[in-house]
Order: sequence, then C-alpha cells, then structure tokens
Amino acid sequence: MTKDHSHIIPYRTFILVWLALLVLTAITVAVAQVNLGALNVWVALGIATLKAGLVVAVFMHMQYETPLFKLALLAALAILAIFIGMTFLDVLYR
Amino acid sequence: MSLPPVAATGTGRGFLADPPYPGIFGWIFSTDHKRIGLMYLWCIVAFFCVGVVLGLLIRLELWAPGRTIMDAQSYNAVFTLHGVIMIFLFIIPGIPAAFGNLVMPIQIGARDVAFPRLNLFSWWLYISGAALAVTALFTGGGPPDTGWTFYVPFSARTSTNVSLATIAVFILGFSSILTGVNFVTTIHRLRAEGMTWTRIPLFTWSLYATAWIQILATPVLGITVALLFAERVIGTGLFDPAQGGDPIMFQHLFWIYSHPAVYIMVLPGMGVVSDIIPVFARKPAFGYKAIVVSSLAIAFAGSLVWAHHMYTSGMSDLAVMIFSFLTFIVAIPSAIKVFNWLATMYQGSILLDPPLLFALSFILLFTIGGLTGLVLGSAATDVHVHDTYFVVGHFHFTMFGGTGMAFFAAMHYWLPKIYGRMYDKTVATVAWGVIFVGFCITYLSMKIVGLMGMPRRYWDYLPEFTGLNQLSTAGSWILAIGLVLMFVNLIRGVLYGPPCGDNPWGGASLEWQVASPPPTENFEQDPVVTHGPYDFKKAGIL
Amino acid sequence: MSVHVHKDYTGAKFGMWLFLFTEVLLFGGLFILYSVYLARYPKEFISAGSQLNIWFGGGNTLVLLTSSLFVAVSITALRRGATRLCLGLLGGTVGCAAIFMVNKFFEWSAKIHHGIYPGSMHLKEMRPGEMVFFNIYYLTTGLHGLHVVIGAIVLAWTMVFIKTGRVHAGDWVILENAGLYWHLVDLIWIFIFPLYYLILH
Repeated sequence: MTKDHSHIIPYRTFILVWLALLVLTAITVAVAQVNLGALNVWVALGIATLKAGLVVAVFMHMQYETPLFKLALLAALAILAIFIGMTFLDVLYR
Repeated sequence: MSLPPVAATGTGRGFLADPPYPGIFGWIFSTDHKRIGLMYLWCIVAFFCVGVVLGLLIRLELWAPGRTIMDAQSYNAVFTLHGVIMIFLFIIPGIPAAFGNLVMPIQIGARDVAFPRLNLFSWWLYISGAALAVTALFTGGGPPDTGWTFYVPFSARTSTNVSLATIAVFILGFSSILTGVNFVTTIHRLRAEGMTWTRIPLFTWSLYATAWIQILATPVLGITVALLFAERVIGTGLFDPAQGGDPIMFQHLFWIYSHPAVYIMVLPGMGVVSDIIPVFARKPAFGYKAIVVSSLAIAFAGSLVWAHHMYTSGMSDLAVMIFSFLTFIVAIPSAIKVFNWLATMYQGSILLDPPLLFALSFILLFTIGGLTGLVLGSAATDVHVHDTYFVVGHFHFTMFGGTGMAFFAAMHYWLPKIYGRMYDKTVATVAWGVIFVGFCITYLSMKIVGLMGMPRRYWDYLPEFTGLNQLSTAGSWILAIGLVLMFVNLIRGVLYGPPCGDNPWGGASLEWQVASPPPTENFEQDPVVTHGPYDFKKAGIL
Repeated sequence: MSVHVHKDYTGAKFGMWLFLFTEVLLFGGLFILYSVYLARYPKEFISAGSQLNIWFGGGNTLVLLTSSLFVAVSITALRRGATRLCLGLLGGTVGCAAIFMVNKFFEWSAKIHHGIYPGSMHLKEMRPGEMVFFNIYYLTTGLHGLHVVIGAIVLAWTMVFIKTGRVHAGDWVILENAGLYWHLVDLIWIFIFPLYYLILH
C-alpha cells in the first residue's frame, strides 16, 4: 500500500503553471525576433531554464520531494555543465 | 514453504537448493540477486577466458617481427576484440555485477535489491549485448579492426562490422546503467535497522560511488556509439571535416565516458581490498571515513580529467595544461586509500590467506600502474609515450594488476560464502605466485619496450624490440598457466571442497553472519545492526 | 517462501529520477555537440536555423506543454478517485503525442522533399556549418521523437493498469513514474525548441 507521502496538488496549480509556460513560450518567441547578437542564445536558454524549472518543481513534484532528490538532480546537472564547459577549454582556444 | 535446514557447518545448500523454477529456468528467470550474481559471475569468467586467449594470440603474433601466426588485418581484429571483451564484458560489469549482486544486499541487511526484476533485465541486456558482439565477428564485414576506442574517421569508414558492434556496446551500456540505478536506490532505501551510513562496509560504499558514475557517465557512451552508428548508416557527418564536423569531438564524447569508466572498473576493486584487509589483519579499517570520502572524490574528480587521453589529438594547449593539472589531483584520493590500507595492516595479525595475497597484489600493482599513470598524465612526458607500449603496460597494471587481482581476491574471499565450500588454499597460493610472476614479466617488459619507442596496435615492430617482446610473450604463458591453475582450483573447490562454515575468514560484516550458502531470503528475520562492519570484538569474533 | 508486499513508494520514485538523469546525460551528449558547433559556426547556424518552420516548432511546444498538464492533472484526478477523468486525461496525453508525431512527419517530409536530409546531395552543397546544423537537427529531434513514442507507449500501458485496477488511488507510483518520464520528454523539447527554431540572429 503506497503511503500518502505527499499532499495532492490541486488542479488550479497545474493550470496556472501551464499558463505561465505558455506565456514564457510567447516571450521567448518574441525576444528571438529582436537582434541581441550573442545575447540571444543566453536569453533563450534562460527562459528555457525557467520553463524547465516550473515543469520540474511543480509538474514533476520536485518542490515537495526530500533534499536527496534535489541534491541528486543538482549533481546530474552539474556534471553535464562540467562536461560542456570543459570541452570548451579545447574548442574555444584552438 | 520452509527453507532447508541450515546447519552451523553450512552443509545446507541455502538458495542453491531453492530454485524458483525447474532446471535452467530457475536461473535465467530468477530475480534473486544471488542467482543473478552467479549468472553474471560465470558469464564474466567465461568472457575473461576468451579475452585471455585473444591476449595470448596477440603475444604469439608479437613473438617476432613481421608475420608470425596471422596477417595484419586479423591482428587488428584480434586486439580490438581483446579490448572490447575485456573492457565491456569482463572488467566493467566484473566486480559490481557479479559480487555487487551476490554480496551487497546481504551486507546492508536487505533481502534483495530495490528492483529485482530490473536486475534480471540488466543481466538479459548483458547477455544480449554479448551475443550481438559475438555476432559482429561473423557478419557484415567481419570483426571490427578499429581498436576498442572506435576512433573516427577510420571507424566511420571501415567495412568491418562496426555498426553491429556499436549496437552491442549500447545495449551493454544500458545494462550497466540499470545496475547503477538499482544499486544507488538499494543502498539508500533498503539498509536494515541500525545500518547507518557509517556502518556500511567499504565494499558497498565503493559500489555506491561506482553506481553514480554508471548512471551519469555511461549515457554519454550511449550517445557516442549511436552517433557513430548514424555516421556509418545514415551519413550524418558530425565528426567528418568534409561535412563541417570535428573528429576530435568524437574523442571528447568517447573519453567523457571512458575515463570515468576506469573508475567504474577500479573503485569496486578498491572496495574489495578495503573489505579484505581488515579481516586478514584482524584490525578495524584505518581511516574508514577517509576511504569513503576518497571513493566519492575519485568518482567526482575522475569526471574532470578525460582529455588526458587526447594530449596529442590537436586540441588546444590550454586544455592540455588544465587536464594535465587535474589529472595529478585525481591521484591524491587513490594514494589516501593506499596509506589507509597499509595503516590497517600495521600491527595487525596478518593471515596470509589467498584473499589477502590477491589484495596485496592489487595494492602493489595498482600503485605501480598509478605511478606510470602520472608519467602519462603529465602532458610533456606523455607526448613521448602516447600510443606506445608504455600505455599498454600502464593500463594492464591498473586494470589487470588492479581490478583483475581484486576480482580474483573477491572470488577467493566470497565463493566459499556463496557455495559453502572451501578450495585448496595451498594450490590457490601457488596459483597466485605463478600469476604474479607471469604478470610482472609480461607487463613490465611492455613498459620498457614502450619507453624505447615501440608503438601499440602495430602488427609489426623494429628488430631491436624483439628481446623484450619475447620476454613478454613468455611471461604471458606463465600467467596463463597460473590462471588455469587458479580457476581449476576454485571450480573444484566450489563443487567438491569441504564445507567451510558460515564464517571461514572471521569477517564481521553481515554476509558472514548468515549461513554458507545464504538462504534465499538472506535473513531469517530482518537484522538489527549494532556495530560496524569491522568491529570484530562486538561481532563476537576474535 | 514469503512474498513481501511492502512497497517502497519513495524508492520507486527515486529510481525513476535516477533513470531520468541518464536520459538527460544521453541528450546532454548531443547538447555538447550543439554548443560546440554553435560556437564554431554562429552565422551558418542562423542561416540554417531560419529555414526551420517556427510554426511546427512552436506548435509542437504548445502540444507538449499541454500534454504535460494533462499528465500532471491525471495524477491528482486518480488520487481523488476521479478515475474516468484520469483515463481521459491520459488518453489526451497520448493524443498529444500523436499530434506531435504527425506534426513532425509533415515537418520532416517538407524538408526531405526539399532535399535536406543527412547524406543528401543538396546537404553536401551547403556550407559546412549548415550541414552540421541539419545533421544534428535530425539526430536530436529524431532521438526526441523516439522518446515521444516510447513515452506514449508507457502511458498507454499505464492506462491499462488503471483499467485493471493495478494502479489506483492507494498505489499510484506507476502512474507517477510514467508521468515523470513524460515530463522529461517535454523538458528536452523545451530546450530543443529555442536552440533549433529560435536561432534567428
């Protein structure tokens, strides 16, 4: 029998997050039309990270999980960042 | 259904006499971690033997310059196969899949792993990947000839069956990933009452660190081989300069996995040594916390150094310098372990039984291998020895002298627990000696001839390298004789040896408190842990 | 032999998250390549990226975000006993997956019709950076599409479990894990969309 470890997230919360995601999508499309040069990619990534954060925290329930889950996710993302970043030590300085 | 009676002398047959289904189905459809562990063990040993034969063939070919027993194309296929089998079918699964499955749940006081069916699926993936790899030998354009590293552009263009081999590697990687997921969850969730993080045996800790690498690094191998497959079959050119691609990017992606992979190989070996030394020195482990932290540090730091395999590839000087610097850092936690093992033995009551002999060999040979690793890690000296036999010597010292010896140590330590029977310790000791001598002759020669300039993966060599090559080949025969002796002795022991009782070595961790062989459910009742894994006094031993 | 029915809800979820990390690292390899080649070929990525259809991309983004909403709500529905609503929402999610794949089919067909696909003659006549862009575009969206299909199958399977009563308000971890997998599929697209369709400058 699965114990009730977490409270049930109300429908409203999900719908609000979904609307926020739609808005953020519209924003990212709008910003992409503006020429910000090299900044475009970073802004786009930033908005994507925000959207991802909402999906992870609410849809995927992460904000209600124990610190262990959050730490593990952080570890995985940190490792990916290290892989990308250290590759650039080569690629950018050839 | 009641379990067969388990006498204190271990003459009951525990889980071995309690199959879930008749015949072979009791094995290949069993979700019992002990049965899965044994299936892994014997498959892994079988593939090891195949790998050894391939190694002997390599050494035979290198007995003299020019053609000795095979042509150059065959030689390329043989060393590729030797590498692929030894790495993907023996060393990477090796200790975690076999002994991790056999022993770890018992060590933490659990009845099985967190996901037993996933565990069985992992084994099926292993077998499937192995079968596909074997199939690649006889289909398509024949066995791959690229070396186990599958570097582009050659691997993208060769007519040999690299495509099927990449699928096999992908499946094998998936097996490793699922084992990692299973073990991390198991260690977090299924520890018995009283089994705090500071009472977990060091072997289990090493499996925990290893499992994280399996989870985070292996997928990168997956995508890399998938991309190679796409390059060959669909014609994507991400690594092809003619299509704007960069072959060095293949190397980055490949080594981002394959360097941490060597820690997947060695950390469990270190864990085996960490468990064995206290028992055979009759002293608690010195620096338990330091060993734990160093395991986690190795896992982390090991993911920062991959490009030390690429100093001569054409990557930037900045990358060369930074990766070289970081490579020196990763040596530190390994050294910490060596100091702790030696300190554990200091003023202990040493019992020179076979498990300890192999464990001590690990310490010596891995240290030598590690020191030669520093020569390779230092970019300036690496330019001289890159892709020479010095490298071959280095990684055989670390992978074979290290993990290989630890695997043998684990067999001599835990097989009596699993089968309830003891092998002949004298023969085991003799076998160890022969292996040790043969090993040193085989691989020390390689280091010397590598320093002299002999390249690796070459079917032919200059006449001045002949003497050392012949010495190495002779060493390989001595080594092979020792291995045969060892395996025959072990197999005879588990089949016909005298019953050895629950605790033939006087260990204090939980696996030694259950019968040999262990009952299907591991424990009659869920254990309550009141002391550490090396607390011989509190465990009532000593 | 006693069978232990004690189920570890947290453990099952944790195991699923660990598996999701492996998927992140799998796609991560492709993102490593993307970032390197973006840095190397900024202009060609823009010229090639502008040839992608923002309506297909944006449309699929909205479809996936909505599908994630459906799946998240379905869990609340199940736990509140609204099983029919749950099944309807899951069906909706699978429907969204189908719409996504249909969109993708039309999108790819259009490109292929214009001779833009890995190994094509037309591709070989492009500038190197553009070749790289389209190759990595097909690989990344192709791998993602495969995961959409897998996710849809997993969800459909879960629907069967709900119908047979194996998954219910007292034991819903299978649905939760299936949902986690689906959200991952959505997450990957959240990054694919801007990186491939919004590289206009």
